[in-house]
Amino acid sequence: MKQVLIALLVTGALYSLPVQSTEVANIENVNNGGVASLRGITELDTTRKADPMKRVEKDRSPIDRDYVYQPPLIPHQTRHYEVSLNANKCLSCHSWKYAGEMGATKISVTHYQSREGQVLSDVSPRRYFCLQCHVTQADAAPLVENEFKRVDSLR
Amino acid sequence: MKLVSNFWRKLCKPSNAAVGVVIGMGFVGGILFWGAFNTGMEATNSEAFCASCHEPIVNEIKETIHYSNRSGVRAICSDCHVPHNWADKIVRKVQASKEVFAFVMGNISTEEKFYARRKHLALREWQRMKENDSQECRNCHDFDFMDFSEQGQRSVKQHSTALASGEKTCVDCHKGIAHQLPDMSDVPGWQ
Ligand code: HEC
Ligand code: HEC
Ligand code: HEC
Ligand code: HEC
Ligand code: HEC
Ligand code: HEC
Repeated sequence: MKQVLIALLVTGALYSLPVQSTEVANIENVNNGGVASLRGITELDTTRKADPMKRVEKDRSPIDRDYVYQPPLIPHQTRHYEVSLNANKCLSCHSWKYAGEMGATKISVTHYQSREGQVLSDVSPRRYFCLQCHVTQADAAPLVENEFKRVDSLR
Repeated sequence: MKLVSNFWRKLCKPSNAAVGVVIGMGFVGGILFWGAFNTGMEATNSEAFCASCHEPIVNEIKETIHYSNRSGVRAICSDCHVPHNWADKIVRKVQASKEVFAFVMGNISTEEKFYARRKHLALREWQRMKENDSQECRNCHDFDFMDFSEQGQRSVKQHSTALASGEKTCVDCHKGIAHQLPDMSDVPGWQ
């Protein structure tokens, strides 16, 4: 019994040694070495306060495009607009069938084209998930300066 | 048999005192019945009660506008699914007894069964709301008090035309406002 106890104590002591030394090392590593990101400098052991949530623009007139063949930005909110196997809320306004009635822009013919350029009778599967290419707008100021210039024809 | 006819005769020819007792008993009984009936109605309106059979629905409703929004006003199941109008309310409850039957039959006892039957149920619900001109929605959203200058352009365009003229009702345009939708491929207004 005694021997077992001593053995346990010894192994315990042996295990605690490396643990102690790594703890010391950890305290040194908490300093992130002055690496800054666009969201400022945060030490590794602190949690940065979250930014306020961005507000989505509710409804406005269409936004000018910056280059030819740009998927236009969405000028309205899209909260809880279901796009799934069962239903596509966007198409209930933007499809050719309903666009007139709902006063929305018709999707262009490119949305009916297959990958090979063949025009299909209904929206092409590769254009079904609208939010892949079109995005809702929020009041988010750019984090970095943007030097993009429009092509001459759109200036 | 004789006992019954005796009792009946007594009821038919009551002494003056008995009339008072019968009327009094009827009155008290009526009040008790009314109270119990109303409490029963309230208990069966609670969300937890609906959840006991409609688990998947209660889970998906959490991300919709009627569950969480800036003003903190909520619409619970019974706001949209049990007409507030007294007469309609009783009709709906009697119809709902049919649901209990369907429950015993296990119509939507698993998620798979529910998703398979969802289209059928949704169609029934749209039909009902179409017939009562979306009464449940209008209990909270009164057209007469909608301020178009506060609404988005898209809302105003539809509300001031098709809705104002009575050509369409809320659920014609606002399908899936509180739930995920079933297969919509042959529903008017969708594709
Ligand atoms: C209730 C009807 C409705 C629904 C649903 C709807 N939209 Fe719109 N959308 C409109 C209207 C109306 C406009 C503005 C047209 C105008 O003012 O010229 C518009 C504009 C747009 C535009 C800009 C078009 C342009 O030429 O600049 C895009 C892109 C767009 N919507 C994408 C979407 C997507 C993606 C969805 C689904 C997530 C969606 N919309 C759902 C009605 C709708
Ligand atoms: C693969 C990317 C992609 C997807 C997915 C996509 N679009 Fe587009 N969309 C574009 C591009 C690129 C344009 C601009 C060029 C053009 O008209 O084809 C465009 C244009 C549009 C326009 C403006 C048409 C016009 O005539 O000005 C509307 C409206 C639109 N898309 C709606 C939708 C809707 C609704 C969906 C979902 C059913 C969708 N888009 C899916 C890329 C996409
Ligand atoms: C005892 C279990 C049970 C409870 C509790 C219950 N339901 Fe149901 N409900 C069902 C079943 C089963 C169906 C499917 C009926 C069918 O298959 O025809 C159903 C169908 C529905 C439908 C579809 C429309 C229709 O006419 O069939 C609605 C809406 C509904 N329930 C709302 C509610 C609401 C709101 C509550 C809470 C007040 C509630 N239910 C409580 C079992 C229940
Ligand atoms: C804002 C109103 C509203 C609220 C709140 C609401 N529903 Fe519904 N419900 C509807 C409408 C409208 C339909 C018709 C189908 C659709 O549009 O999604 C429906 C359909 C249903 C159906 C038929 C099957 C289906 O999914 O279409 C059931 C069951 C149901 N609701 C149960 C519930 C339960 C349970 C709750 C509470 C957790 C609830 N509803 C809360 C409006 C509402
Ligand atoms: C219990 C009251 C109540 C009932 C019943 C009700 N609503 Fe609402 N509805 C609200 C509240 C509260 C809001 C959110 C207000 C806010 O934006 O803070 C809301 C918001 C909405 C919105 C705005 C959605 C958005 O994204 O801005 C629509 C559309 C809507 N309801 C339609 C309906 C329809 C259709 C029905 C009937 C099936 C219905 N409501 C039944 C209280 C109700
Ligand atoms: C003819 C179609 C149509 C009818 C009928 C209709 N709506 Fe709408 N409603 C819309 C459209 C389109 C929008 C804007 C797009 C969106 O929010 O999805 C909208 C938006 C709304 C909003 C948000 C308003 C905002 O801009 O903040 C509410 C609330 C609303 N509807 C309630 C109702 C109620 C309640 C009824 C029935 C009394 C009703 N609607 C009937 C088409 C309709």
